[in-house]
Parts: sequence; structure tokens; C-alpha cells
Amino acid sequence: MNKQGPVIKVEGLTVRYGENTILDNVSFEIHQGEIFIIAGGSGCGKTTLLKHIIGLDTPSSGKIFINGVDTTDIDEDEMRKLRRKIGMLFQSGALFGSMTIGENVALSLTEFTDLSEKAMGLIVKMKLGMVELSGYENHFPSELSGGMKKRAGIARAMSLEPAVLFFDEPSAGLDPITSAEIDLLIKKINEGIGTTMVIVTHDLETIFNIAHRIIMLDKGTKGIIAEGDPRELKEHSDNPKVRNFFNRKIEEKKH
Amino acid sequence: MPDNTVAFSVKGDKNGDVTLFPLGRIGLTNLDTLLSEIKTLFTEYSPSQLTVDLAKVEYLDSAGALFLVELEDEAGARSIPFAVINASGNEKEIMSLVDREALHAPSLAPTERSLNIIEQIGDETINGLRDIYEVILFWGELIFEMVFSIRHPWKIRWNDVISYMKKVGVDGLPIVALISFLLGLIIAFMSALQLKQFGANIYVASLVAVGMVRELGPIITAIIVAGRSGSAFAAEIGTMQVNEEVDALITMGFNPIRFLAVPKLLACIFVVPILTGFSNIFAIMGGMIVGVVGLNLTIFTYVQKTMDAIVMFDVMAGIVKSIVFAAFIAAIGCQRGFKVRGGAEAVGNATTSAVVSSIFLIVVIDSTFAIILHYIQ
Repeated sequence: MNKQGPVIKVEGLTVRYGENTILDNVSFEIHQGEIFIIAGGSGCGKTTLLKHIIGLDTPSSGKIFINGVDTTDIDEDEMRKLRRKIGMLFQSGALFGSMTIGENVALSLTEFTDLSEKAMGLIVKMKLGMVELSGYENHFPSELSGGMKKRAGIARAMSLEPAVLFFDEPSAGLDPITSAEIDLLIKKINEGIGTTMVIVTHDLETIFNIAHRIIMLDKGTKGIIAEGDPRELKEHSDNPKVRNFFNRKIEEKKH
Repeated sequence: MPDNTVAFSVKGDKNGDVTLFPLGRIGLTNLDTLLSEIKTLFTEYSPSQLTVDLAKVEYLDSAGALFLVELEDEAGARSIPFAVINASGNEKEIMSLVDREALHAPSLAPTERSLNIIEQIGDETINGLRDIYEVILFWGELIFEMVFSIRHPWKIRWNDVISYMKKVGVDGLPIVALISFLLGLIIAFMSALQLKQFGANIYVASLVAVGMVRELGPIITAIIVAGRSGSAFAAEIGTMQVNEEVDALITMGFNPIRFLAVPKLLACIFVVPILTGFSNIFAIMGGMIVGVVGLNLTIFTYVQKTMDAIVMFDVMAGIVKSIVFAAFIAAIGCQRGFKVRGGAEAVGNATTSAVVSSIFLIVVIDSTFAIILHYIQ
């Protein structure tokens, strides 16, 4: 793994659906071991950006590098191999309903490693322990609450020891305490294993609690309007839109 | 991807202080090798004290930390003093992430959820009875709502009725027509082979007409509608159930059966008899092709023979039958949909169950009709 260069590098990314431009010429870098947040108001293209980084969508133009490999320029086979090095937590967990939590976590282990049953069982128990779900391996997703599903989703995303974990709105639909727990968990894993975390969110609590660095997207400019430490941006950004976002203020209407 | 490179070297004497030096990458890919080495290590050296020196480790992930924890547990079980030295800050952090209690925590749900034979029989019986109970309950509600709708026709969602009439009828016509046409062709062809021997070619026309109008037309149409639309009803309502849309309807003060099931039922009752009529016509056309091309009959004779064979009673019986089939297909599709609890898998089960139960009931109802019609004719 290249420890010096950025883990993820986005260069001049433009996304267009027909006439409709969602993102225009977006460039940024994500470094090893940081908690990187992609923020912005609703409809600004946060989730679209995330889907392009993990290769679920192909950009209209621009390049995306993961570990130095240009993902817009490789075939499906290489992309699949690259995807095993990343993990993703979807908004509602996206656990497979017909499998137990244990089977969900073990799925990629059985497919992509040659580990014995015993080793896999231990890993599943360890990962569930990390997300504080120990003992739940034989439960089905439908038997868990929303927060537990998200934690199980994190355990599944971590099963192959990924270098980068992606989160799509980790606190959406959760109560403040549960989302604080998820934030803490993300921080704990980041500090412990050093996994790079890329989080899409507009939850200010999450942003101020765990972000190392943040980019803010805007619907109007279709690109990044701020980049840096959120605490700094809140106080000192010269863009009123950015200050309003971080201070939860409604945009002033011009008279 | 297995990584079987030697993962550590050992320094020390048998029965004495042993120091273990894991090398290079200690992680997920060589976890199996590492775990299998634990036992050998203890039997080979039976150390009085075990130290792990992490100085030469380049990479340690949580699976690697798991190995260290397992090693410590094994040492603890043999009451051998254990220590980890030269761990970097990062490595300490990773090891602290492994929750030792979680590794041996018993499952909160039973591992084996399968039942023995007696329990299975009991379970199936209870499920079967509950299913019958639920179906009767649903039928009761549905009939109640239908009567209500007939008495208050302006409360029926006619836009939905028309949209479902299009989906069930117009969109289903091509496949019903094609299958019926081929069926008529096959019946005529197969029977012609036999009837030719007796010079009774002309009866092919009556055979196709009577067979289709009385029995096959309604049945084939009903089976196709069950497969196309019964399943679609179950999937649609099932998905609405999963997405809490049905709950939303109830909360907004709607009766979900009146809102969702009645339009589907009405649409089916309106269009399935018409589809059955088309099915009969296309089958007769199929038979006519064989009659005209293969048996040297004229179109006029074929049509005349067909008209002679069809009696009004059979036509009426076919229409009544297809109305009953339609009602059952729609009702079962909706009932299976409303029964969905859980996720994607439950929707799939409901769809399958809707089609299978509909086809089964179509055959049962058809047999019943055969007996009743025999006595009243």
C-alpha cells in the first residue's frame, strides 16, 4: 500500500445525466487514515459522488484513483478485486434478509478467502464484538433495530480488513444517542485499525465530533465550496453559505 | 489468496522461557496458518513463560490481533505467564479493539432453528389451519367490501379499475391469444389423426369448439391470468406492506382492502370472461387452419359445424366459470400480498404461493363445476 500518496484522488470529476449537470469539475484527495466527510445540503450530489468513487456509476468525465489505480479506466474484473479492499455501509444497512447476521458478515470471507470454518467463526465473533453486537450472529436482520442493523452493516463492511470504509448517511434515521454511538464506533475503528473513513452526511453533530477534514458541496456551483477543518470553517469561512450550513442558519433573503 | 509463508520464528528452550517473533504481515490472509501453529507451539516447546515480540511485524490487522488474543487465551488455559513486548502504539490500539468476551459469548439465538419431524408436522398443521382461517377472514372482509362498493359505486376507485383492466386484459391478450391458437391447432391436429381413420374429419370442428368453450378456454385463460396478474397483485401489495405503505393507508383512514383489493377484483371479474371469449375464438381459428389446410374442409363448413356444436348453455357456463376463477385469482393474489411480513424473501414467497394456490383452486373449482353442471343440465 502506498502510504505516502493519497488513498483516493478525484480529478476533474463531472457527472451529467442528460442535460442535467450534478457535479462539475470536482477535484480532491483523501489521505491515509483520515476521517473525511463529504457534506452539503440535500440534492447537492453527495451520494452521487460517493457512488462514483466506489465505482457503482461511471462519470461523464474526470478520473478517480484508488490506491493510485484509475478506476475509470480498468475492466470489471480489476474493479471487483479493488472493491474487496473497500467496505461500504449503505443507508439502511442493506443486510441480506435471508441470511443471519453471522452469515452476512462471513459472506465475503467464504467467497474471497480460504479460511477454515473455525477461523471464520472467530472473525465473525470478533467483528460483532467490535460493533457491540456479540451474541447476535444467529439473529436475522429483521429481528434487529435500525441502529443494530447499521452496526451489523459496519461489521460486514469490515470483514475483509478494508483499507477504506465508506458510509452513506450513517446517522440517518437514528436517535441522537444511537447516532452518537455509531460516531464513536467509527472513531474507535479509525484510531484502532487506521482505516480511512469516507463519510457522506449532513449531520452537524457527526461532522464536529469525528471529522478530520471535510469538503462541502453546493447545488448552485455544482462543486466544492469549502474544504478543511469544520471547526475552522464554521468560524472563519468567507462564504456565507458555508457559515450558514455549519451554524444551522437559514439563508438570508435579499430584499 | 492463501498466504502460507512462515509467519514467525521462535527463540528459547523447551520447558523454559520462549520468545515468539512474528514476522512481516500478520493478518487475515495467514490467520489459518497462525491459528494452527498455536497448538504445535505449546506441544513442542511446552514453555514455562511465553513472550511475543512484535518488533519485526510490518503489518497487523484485527485478524492478526485475534491471533495474539487466541495465543494469550491458550497460554492462560495452561497457566503460562504471557506477555507482548515491542508493540507500537497502533498495534496496541488494534489489540484493544478485540473484545475478548465477545469471542466466547454464546449466541443469543439458537444456532439450530430446524425442527424434528413431529414438530414439523405440528408446525405445518398449525400453519395450514391458520392459513385457512386467514383466507376465510379475508374472504369475509372482501365480500363485505364488495357489497359495500356495489351499493356505493361512486366510492369505487374507477381509475384504478380501468388501469388494472388494461394490465390484466389488454396486456394479457397477446399471450392468451397465442397459447389458445396453438392449443386449438394441436387439439385439431391430434384428433384429426384419429378421426381420419373413420372418415369423421368433420367432427374436428365440433371437438375443438366444445372442448374449448366448455373446459379449456376458461381454464387456460385462468392459469395465464394467475401467472401474469395474480403474482403481480401479490408482489405489489407485498412490497407495499414491506414499505409500510399499507400502514400509511390505514393511518390515513382508508380501508386497505377497499382501496387495493376491490379495484383488482372488479377489474379481473370484468376482463377475464372477455379474455376467455378471445381464447375460445383464437383456439377455433387454430383448429380451422388444420381443418382447411390438412382436412380439405371449407371455411364455411368449419364455421357452420362449430356453430352447430356450441350450445348457449355451454357458453353461459364458461362465462360463469371464468368469473369465479377471476374472483379467486384476484382474491388470493391480494390476500397473499397482505400476508407479507419482513423483506424481499417474503415477497417472493407470497408471489409463488399466490400462483400455486390459484392454479390449485382453479382445478378444484373446475371439478366442482363439472359435477354441478352435469346435474343441472
